[in-house]
Amino acid sequence: MSDVAIIGAGPAGTRAAEVLVRAGLRPVVIDEAPDNGGRIYQRPPGGFTRSAKTLYGFEAAKARALHAAFDALRPHVDFRPDTLVWNIRPHRLFTMRAGDTGEIPFDQALLCTGAMDRVIPLPGWTLPGVTSLGGSQVALKAQGCAIGRRVAFLGTGPLLWLVAYQYAKAGAIVAAVIDTTPFATKLRATPALLRGRATFAKGLYYIAWLRAHRVPILEGATPLAIEGDGAVRALRIRTRRGEQRIACDAVALGWGLKPETQLADLADVPFAFDPAQRGFLPKRDATGATPIPGIFLAGDGAQIGGADVAELAGARSAWAILAARNLPLDHAEIARLDAALARHAAFRVALDRAFPFPASLAVAMPDETVLCRCESITAGEMRAAARADATLPAPEVNRAKALTRIGMGRCQGRLCGPPAAEILAATLACPLESVGRLRGQPPVKPIPVLSRGLEQPR
Amino acid sequence: MRLQRLAETARPAIAFTLDGQPATALAGDTLLTAILANADHVRRSEFDGGNRAGFCWMGACQDCWVNVEGAGRQRACTTYLQPDMRIVRP
Repeated sequence: MSDVAIIGAGPAGTRAAEVLVRAGLRPVVIDEAPDNGGRIYQRPPGGFTRSAKTLYGFEAAKARALHAAFDALRPHVDFRPDTLVWNIRPHRLFTMRAGDTGEIPFDQALLCTGAMDRVIPLPGWTLPGVTSLGGSQVALKAQGCAIGRRVAFLGTGPLLWLVAYQYAKAGAIVAAVIDTTPFATKLRATPALLRGRATFAKGLYYIAWLRAHRVPILEGATPLAIEGDGAVRALRIRTRRGEQRIACDAVALGWGLKPETQLADLADVPFAFDPAQRGFLPKRDATGATPIPGIFLAGDGAQIGGADVAELAGARSAWAILAARNLPLDHAEIARLDAALARHAAFRVALDRAFPFPASLAVAMPDETVLCRCESITAGEMRAAARADATLPAPEVNRAKALTRIGMGRCQGRLCGPPAAEILAATLACPLESVGRLRGQPPVKPIPVLSRGLEQPR
Repeated sequence: MRLQRLAETARPAIAFTLDGQPATALAGDTLLTAILANADHVRRSEFDGGNRAGFCWMGACQDCWVNVEGAGRQRACTTYLQPDMRIVRP
């Protein structure tokens, strides 16, 4: 019986499993997807023929190496694909696979739960043809499709430029790239960004390539609305030159990534406010250990750092698990990982400065904007509830949830949580951290009520 | 919204039905891809009646659930199309 569980078979989970297997353990590796790789190195279904170079570009060698590492591990791990971990209690995971529930006991669990796009709703964002940036990338990478014939890319961060480049390269028409971060902000961060030489150079390459191919680029723009009746017709923005209407039939939008922290929350890991990310992150030390015995975190699911950091952090956390099990340690290797992680952390700080989360966009959201797309709750309803509640002690997001049902829909606040907190804090004129964070609830994703073998978790 | 197939178009075709009408897609398509290659939306919001076509494509937003006869509610972006599936859009 295995007693180390790894949740997520992306870059962090793969490198963690590798260290554990080398130490003689046989971890359970669980992933919600049918295969390993995570979102960044997602493997297309069988029968797809594009090369790794086409799929992963500059990261092809890393993708190939990670896939090869996982393939070599398959006989030595208990791999459970297509499996959702929907709850976690002390030393016990609750799973669901194809309608069947199960339980997996563990002594140590490493949560490598990954990330999703951070979005700021704007009028029209629920129209068919609007996807997250990550979603538009999955469509191309895993399905060979563009989300439309004329796609506008909106938001900020490295992913914005990467996906626009990938679309143009694959033959899609890129209507425009609209970066809400002004050029001057990015320029100010340039000296510090140079620490991440390779990553920085790739970013410059994508931007230069798009410019050379005459893709319209607008920086420091304010998005106003996505227009259309039943389908996207245009994206309306404001720049220093006034309002502009960009004709398109699809929009991909995103403002960086946010960690999927639901399982860490259900495991009772305490959270702390991160001012740079403008959100709450689960607490862990530099080894990935949390204050909860047996619970470890690695990769973008703990803090956004990208795939390279995830590989390092996954391996580092595996060593922390081996230490917890009193198994022999390779101190030279651990020192190498720690040094590499410290180098990346400095670059991450610079990236956060170059592409700050534009909280002002969330705060300025028109009242009629659908804030919660699960249940069509508007920003105005949120503001009204905040005002009504202002006389009660400690107004915070969970009270707002009770009043408006914000965060109570099927996605459990994954999308609306951060912008709702910004709106609440602005309406109450209080610091963002004082409105708190939405408490997690099991199941972390919808599961059928009539699941076979479902028992009440203790 | 119509998806545009840019690559991997040599895969075998798969027949299915969408709201009772015959449709085809390609082996390896998710339900989301299969539907949006044939239609302009995936579901109707039960709260505002507006058409929706998913959003995150990675199993997070929960805005692409459809009904598959005999298999119940399925999340379209993480479920692969099987031959002769009968998909009904909510």
